[in-house]
Amino acid sequence: MTARIGVVTFPGSLDDRDAQRAVRLAGAEPVALWHRDKDLHQVDAVVLPGGFSYGDYLRCGAISRFSPVMDTIIEQAKAGLPVLGICNGFQVLCESHLLPGALTRNDSLHFVCRDQKLRIENAQTAWTSSYEQGQEITVPLKNGEGRFVADERTLDALEAEGRVVARYLDVNPNGSYRDIAGISNAAGNVVGLMPHPEHAVEPLTGPGTEGLAFFTSILKQLVSA
Amino acid sequence: MSIKNLDTVKHATGTPDVEQPWVELGLKADEYARIREILGRRPTGAELAMYSVMWSEHCSYKSSKVHLKQFGEKKPAVGTPGTDAMLVGIGENAGVVDVGQGYAVTFKIESHNHPSYIEPYQGAATGIGGIVRDILAMGARPVAVMDPLRFGAPDHPDTRRVLPGIVAGIGGYGNCLGLPNIGGEVVFDSCYQGNPLVNALCVGVMKHEDIHLAQASGAGNKVILYGARTGGDGIGGVSVLASETFADGGPTKRPAVQVGDPFQEKLLIECTLEIFKEKLVLGIQDLGGAGLSCATSELASAGSGGMHIELDTVPLRDATLSPEEILMSESQERMCAIVEPGKVDRFLEICEKWDVIATVIGEVTDGERLEIFWHGEQIVDVPPRSVAHDGPTYQRPFARPSWQDALQADAPTAERLKRPASGDELRAAVLQLVGSPNQADKSWITSQYDRYVLGNTVLATPEDSGMVRIDEDTNLGVAIATDGNGRFAKLDPYTGAQLALAEAYRNVAATGAKPLAVSDCLNFGSPEDPDVMWQFAEATRGLADACQILGTPVTGGNVSLYNQTGDVAIHPTPVVAVLGVIDDVNRRTPIGFAEEGQLVYLLGDTADELGGSAWSQVAHDHLGGLPPKLDLERERLLGEILIAASRDGMIDAAHDLSDGGLIQAVTESSLRGGQGVRLVVPADLDPFVFLFSESAGRAIVSVPRSEELRFTEMCGVRGLPATRIGVVDGDTVEVQGQFTLSLAELRDAHTGVIESLLG
Repeated sequence: MTARIGVVTFPGSLDDRDAQRAVRLAGAEPVALWHRDKDLHQVDAVVLPGGFSYGDYLRCGAISRFSPVMDTIIEQAKAGLPVLGICNGFQVLCESHLLPGALTRNDSLHFVCRDQKLRIENAQTAWTSSYEQGQEITVPLKNGEGRFVADERTLDALEAEGRVVARYLDVNPNGSYRDIAGISNAAGNVVGLMPHPEHAVEPLTGPGTEGLAFFTSILKQLVSA
Repeated sequence: MSIKNLDTVKHATGTPDVEQPWVELGLKADEYARIREILGRRPTGAELAMYSVMWSEHCSYKSSKVHLKQFGEKKPAVGTPGTDAMLVGIGENAGVVDVGQGYAVTFKIESHNHPSYIEPYQGAATGIGGIVRDILAMGARPVAVMDPLRFGAPDHPDTRRVLPGIVAGIGGYGNCLGLPNIGGEVVFDSCYQGNPLVNALCVGVMKHEDIHLAQASGAGNKVILYGARTGGDGIGGVSVLASETFADGGPTKRPAVQVGDPFQEKLLIECTLEIFKEKLVLGIQDLGGAGLSCATSELASAGSGGMHIELDTVPLRDATLSPEEILMSESQERMCAIVEPGKVDRFLEICEKWDVIATVIGEVTDGERLEIFWHGEQIVDVPPRSVAHDGPTYQRPFARPSWQDALQADAPTAERLKRPASGDELRAAVLQLVGSPNQADKSWITSQYDRYVLGNTVLATPEDSGMVRIDEDTNLGVAIATDGNGRFAKLDPYTGAQLALAEAYRNVAATGAKPLAVSDCLNFGSPEDPDVMWQFAEATRGLADACQILGTPVTGGNVSLYNQTGDVAIHPTPVVAVLGVIDDVNRRTPIGFAEEGQLVYLLGDTADELGGSAWSQVAHDHLGGLPPKLDLERERLLGEILIAASRDGMIDAAHDLSDGGLIQAVTESSLRGGQGVRLVVPADLDPFVFLFSESAGRAIVSVPRSEELRFTEMCGVRGLPATRIGVVDGDTVEVQGQFTLSLAELRDAHTGVIESLLG
């Protein structure tokens, strides 16, 4: 039996089917989760996909955080359920206080879509264990509000505890503090990432396949667990 | 509005002499007289509102339809692939084409020019919203968008207001909607200073059995309005805004611009697709230009029977709106569906799931009239066809402009315009060309659009065409390119329109896809000017003739007239979109030179053709002479060769030659693939003509050495000139005996141009 990985659809989620495709290509079974449904349907892990949930009204992720499905996800994430938040999903995780800091307007003030080089800074998390420590990868990035900010003490703690999961290389596309592209919680089961690994899983439709390992990482962990 | 002052049908019958505001609503005296004749009385205020928007130039095509008829009359013969593939033609929300494996593709290009000048962000945003709903209304899932854009001079202060707003609007709406933006154009020319062109294309995919049409039939079936509430925005958008020339110093028309909410539209898409899946609708129409007036009259007109509407049941954002305003409002993100009574509950349930407001506002009747009531009082009683389809038709006078001959005589010959001759001069001319705003890299704009969402984008800007996979198992895909060249069309509108078609056709073929069908957006000045009307007549005639020869029927599109401020009209700008199909997207051909040692071939013939060229604009700010000659049979042959070479793996890169000529294409292919080129000027060509001429029917390809013999033999047998002009090599573009430019120098010149002007 393979792992079941849930992908949540909020109103305004856009990359939900892309995340499902990535899960499938990694060899796991994607399970569609609906924002109004508290039941996680026995999934082994959850992806919060990219998009503009609730039209980014109020603040990105601020309304989704209160959806019924998030009540269950927050509770189970604290108990160890692996959760990956991509782009808008990262914003939801910050609004849910599963991750520290916030994502604010890009310093360029423009939405930006580009192939972005990253360095995997922590290959020990539930979602990055298939990478080499320090591995450089290229995946698409596309956001208008992707600038990771936090106070200095939080940033120092994230660095000290190895919770900076990925960092931008060559270009910092949005002005994120310390070039941070992704972080994890202390236990390493919850990861938030601004770039989109689910768009780098097929050579045909992305800049390569270097995003796939986020999804094979979790599968490896779940199957060996 | 109080019921007491309501202008009911009864009241109108009893008060024939009341003064009515038909002038303010954009109607002409004879049109108003004709409405009275149709109804046998004066119209009510609500009826007048409906006729005024539906008989506007934008909705009724009253000046253009006598010319547009040719697209049907000259449809390519049965037996040509495009015509055989056509499932739904002109007249519906969008045309539909069979692309095999049970799939149908619908696509259409539209203009949102006038609102985008008044209010750039919302104008451009709602342009996307409107075309996406047209595609959705056909039963298809929208899968990609494209935006051909034209602006005034890049260094003009107003361009700084217009361009960033339009780009942000397209991004803000399209990105939030989750549709990849896979291509388009960005062109600067001072003729568009007061009338920027914002055209928007959407493509959607469905199975054959999912095609839906805009018609209301079956007495007792319910009319459901769903989506956003109706507000006071966009009133008169199609009439007083899009169907008149901008006047200097006139009042601002900002209230006539709609305001968009892409989040609502995303919900509307998912909700509608779920409704289609359960087969709950008999007919469907989106609400765009002319709002409810258009949706109710077109649905009723196309079906059998009449329609009864209770207008006071329409959910409103502003409770003080009058019935006339509700009928004219162009509030976005609304759809109108015809549903059997037994399916209404399930329909409403799905809307509730997606938080979409849905209301039964009326029903289909067995009568022949469209009847609209307001709190029980009848305010509209019209034959729906008279509103939707029997609008006025004008035979506008047209005549070849008095200045046309002088313009064509002013050819950019070597005697008139100084040409670069030495290697150094050519080198400088290349840097000037590739760094000019029209030829420079546009990624500052296109990087503000999401090209990855949905995960099926195989090619996007700056490739020759956008390409999306439509089946993940079989790798079936479609490619689309849009092209237009207002400079060529100004010199000769007949040939200019054909050149736009030929370029888009070539761009689709260059990526390996077989061109099938056309959608066009015809952007012109005021039809009341005989010069402009001549340009329009010539362009439509040229396009119809060329579509017939290439076997690519026009499936729909849009006409935008009155792109004129005072007496100054834009260049005639027919923008043509070509849709192609590719059996296996893995076989696509990109533009980038990526493999060192591959051979570069020039396909087609090069002549001294610089009229309307990018070089003449950049180097001399000159427009005169004739555009390049066009041989449509040659275009078709070139297309067949490019498709065959892609399918059989004979080429690794291909790039069409168009504005900027060969050196522009070589620069783009080299920078894209990160490989330089060594070029040799063919013995029979002047180096300047070789590098800068814009002769049609040409492309460059890079051929692996192992395939050279097979490829050249194919070209030889089919009679397509193929000239070996160089080899992919190193990190410079070298034209032997003339000059060398490093890729770094070319990149410096070619990139960063737009942001330095507008960023």
